[in-house]
Amino acid sequence: MFPILTVLVVLPVVGAGVLFLPQARAKSREIALFFALAELIIAANLFLRFDRSQAGTIQFAETHSWIPQIGTSWALGVNGIGLSLVVLSAILVPVAILSAWRDDKDEKRRATYLALLLSSQAFMIGIFAARDVFLFYVLFEAMLIPIYFLIGYFGGLQRRYAAVKFLIFSLVGGLVMLVGVIALYVAGPGGEQGFLTDKLTGLSLSTSTERLLFLAFFIAFAIKAPMFPVHTWLPTVAESARPSTTALLVAVLDKVGTFGMLTLCLVLFPGAAHWAAPVIIVFAVISVLYGAILAIGQDNMLKLVSFTSVSHFGIMIIGIFAFAQTSVTGAALYMFNHGLSTGALFFAVAYLAKRHGTVSIKAFGGLQKIAPVLAGTFLIIGLSSLSLPGLSPFISEILVFIGAYPVVPVAIWFAVVGVVLAALYILLMYKRVFTGPAPEAMEGTRDLSVRERLVTWPLIAAMLVLGFVPGILLGVLHEPVHDIVTIVQEAGK
Amino acid sequence: MNWTQPDITWAPLVPILVVLLAGAVGILVEAFIRTPATRRLVQLSLTLAALVVGLGAAIVLWATQEGSGTVVLRLMLVVDRQSLAWQVLLAVFGILAALLFAARTRTGEEEFTPLGSSTPGALDETRALRAGLQVTEVFPLLLFAVGGMMLFTAVTDFVFLFVVLELFSLPLYILVALARRRRALSHEAALKYFLLGAFSSAIYIFGVALLFGATTQTSFTAVQRAIEIIAGHDPLIIAAAVLILVGLFFKLGAVPFHSWVPDVYQGAPTAVTGFMAAATKAAAVAALLRVVFASFYPLEWELNWLFWTIAIVTMILATLVALVQTDIKRMLAYSSIAHAGFILVAFAGFSPDALSSLPFYMLAYGLATFGAFAVVTQVRERTADGAVGAEAVRLGQWAGLGKRAPWLATAMALFLLSFAGIPLTAGFVGKFVVFRSAIEQGAWPLVLVAVLASAAAAFFYVRLIVLMFFTDVPEGQADAIEIEYSPLTRAVVVVTAVLTLVLGIVPGPALAAAEDAGVMLSTLSSGS
Repeated sequence: MFPILTVLVVLPVVGAGVLFLPQARAKSREIALFFALAELIIAANLFLRFDRSQAGTIQFAETHSWIPQIGTSWALGVNGIGLSLVVLSAILVPVAILSAWRDDKDEKRRATYLALLLSSQAFMIGIFAARDVFLFYVLFEAMLIPIYFLIGYFGGLQRRYAAVKFLIFSLVGGLVMLVGVIALYVAGPGGEQGFLTDKLTGLSLSTSTERLLFLAFFIAFAIKAPMFPVHTWLPTVAESARPSTTALLVAVLDKVGTFGMLTLCLVLFPGAAHWAAPVIIVFAVISVLYGAILAIGQDNMLKLVSFTSVSHFGIMIIGIFAFAQTSVTGAALYMFNHGLSTGALFFAVAYLAKRHGTVSIKAFGGLQKIAPVLAGTFLIIGLSSLSLPGLSPFISEILVFIGAYPVVPVAIWFAVVGVVLAALYILLMYKRVFTGPAPEAMEGTRDLSVRERLVTWPLIAAMLVLGFVPGILLGVLHEPVHDIVTIVQEAGK
Repeated sequence: MNWTQPDITWAPLVPILVVLLAGAVGILVEAFIRTPATRRLVQLSLTLAALVVGLGAAIVLWATQEGSGTVVLRLMLVVDRQSLAWQVLLAVFGILAALLFAARTRTGEEEFTPLGSSTPGALDETRALRAGLQVTEVFPLLLFAVGGMMLFTAVTDFVFLFVVLELFSLPLYILVALARRRRALSHEAALKYFLLGAFSSAIYIFGVALLFGATTQTSFTAVQRAIEIIAGHDPLIIAAAVLILVGLFFKLGAVPFHSWVPDVYQGAPTAVTGFMAAATKAAAVAALLRVVFASFYPLEWELNWLFWTIAIVTMILATLVALVQTDIKRMLAYSSIAHAGFILVAFAGFSPDALSSLPFYMLAYGLATFGAFAVVTQVRERTADGAVGAEAVRLGQWAGLGKRAPWLATAMALFLLSFAGIPLTAGFVGKFVVFRSAIEQGAWPLVLVAVLASAAAAFFYVRLIVLMFFTDVPEGQADAIEIEYSPLTRAVVVVTAVLTLVLGIVPGPALAAAEDAGVMLSTLSSGS
């Protein structure tokens, strides 16, 4: 069978390799875009060929022996959840490349940036497709290297500090997970393919072992997700890194956290998930409110958007740990939709930053008369972020709330407050930046260029389509979620 | 007493004998070839040839090894896959070291002083330089050290182990003293190393004396049998075992027996530092493995706490102190101490897995170490008159290296990532197998400490990467640093970097070989 997932992982690496050649520098953007679009086409093909009637089973599976001595294999395959996230990363990388089109004057720096973007894409697709816990871990950790350089090499004044903060947080989480990974293998059947997730599912572990293992994995994912109180690296990064980097980081890479909770924490340690759920939901509710309140108080728009993400990730985590079919489906759908809307929001803020060299809300005003298309685009994206009906994030939030309400009603009361606050921070930002009289500095602000429209409008189109026809994705998410929920609920009995 | 001629099987000793004999021949070369240039060439070829032959012989022996191994010299020596694996490793390290020893700067300057006895800048040194003198005796010294270490891995008798320990230590004492630049530091380092080495030998031999007193034996297996009979409760045996282990911990550089490491690593010529950090540590690990698994195994309950304590203290202390280092060689020295702690994690619970995980770990660690120190020799200060000066070892001097020498800096970053245990490098696989054997023994608290220490250690590795890639060359400093280009050193950097990557991505074959090495003759023989 054609190893389509391996191709999806390897192709960006090849692209990155090509970009490192000195001859490729002059045309680096075109080459990078070519590889990213090729990736998108293959991913679209993957999506079309995916058998939706069997969305819960692993498809396009490949298993090759990798390091038999330590029980790991190069095992890829996706069910509906993995598929949706593979597609998400394939969509956002070309968009990010387009968005960063004019960021670098220096050809060599530009080629390096694009090569790093492509290599991080390889890692994220690998993670979403991994069926082997060791492979998952290796990609999870190795991904830090390109992102570390993306943050530390390109961006604002504080970029080095931000890169180190990101690295230390992720590394501590990752290494704690390593202990869990090894212990899981030791507790499992072992042998040459002892790391395959299917072999590790349904292990009978002692209660304390299961809980410790759960924690080892969960802490790593919570840092990645980012969840209160281990989210503090994200605002620092958002403030200092390039918007296109942060967009990719928040829109796709952080989904590794929620993806891991959903497909590893719940499936491998369902009993412990029940045990930990009350505390996790409390922290998730705090994330929702805390992120939203801090977002309201922010003047730096990039930080503001990153705090909104802390809030939205809280909603996903509530959905996941409510263990109800509807809420978990909503969370899985939200992972995709949040990628679209927050990615687009970061890009939109980046346009403002490029025009005026600042992301401070105070510096702006009255832009909607000067640059109406920009203002309209910004507004639609903002509305999607506050979950306006008709735009895709709405459906996902509603599913989470409806599904989780019977299980954790109090948490949902509080979480809904978060949604109200979302209207506040988005609309206040819009009001201050785009309405009212324009300061002198805003005179002559360019409206959206063709390239910028190409970046944003497809994302808006996708949000609209999924807002009205969510079935496209719900169809592939329902079954895998059902399987996960069944496992967890069995364990809860 | 009647003299009976010992019955010696020579064949299994070929790798060791070749190396040691070549060392002896090297002494003759030193005496009889007078032209410095020819002598250097002959010495280098002889050294490389001997090490390659030794390596080949060890591999052949490995492949043809039948059963569990061969006893040579009446239980004094054992040649089994375990010792052969270490011999292969040491021969490889020897080759890398020989290349680094022979490397010269653009201006023809070597790592070593032309005249060991001269004081820096004195008239006789200038004369020696002008006469084109060279210390080519470093090559035979290297051969003796490598040969001694190879022998060290096969010894199964406590007294013989002592003799061999001295055999490979003495050449090192001399090599440490021969740095061309920063002579005072080098002399001081040699003196410290010698004195503390002598102390550790004394402690070791005191332990052996106690052991002999308690068991009337010095051979590993005989001691093991004796311990089993006494059931390990004799305090004299425990004391003896602790003292013997302390002697070996000294060589390994574990806290609190580490104090010589930073000074010696900093003072020694960098090529020698690389060799010591990789090879001496590997030999110490090999001996420690054999002592533990072929002799002290029945003392598991009595000694496990010692390994736990020392591992934890070593990892924490070395990592914390490394965080504040400003000298690259000292930072790498503390990093190597921290690695001694990780190595000791493998001993937790005396799991026989250590026999297969540690050879791989030391291979990964040794390659990165050689590579890192090789890179250090390439970054030089420029003197006022524009000539190439000493190595630039202050951290700040490495700022912006990524722009000036991107490949060199990338290689260095790779070695640092391997030290830190980031996936897709050999260092990660090494840590993984070590941690796995510890977790299998239920020593997960130890692994948790190791993991947190790794995270903290990543901070100072990353700091150097940040300096190299994200920091611009400070104003007016652009001319202060010279990137040296020595083909031999670059060869070492390339080989170690490629192997670090390859062993990180496809470690399968090497791990399989290490697994084969995991059986040790007379391991747990009477225990099982």
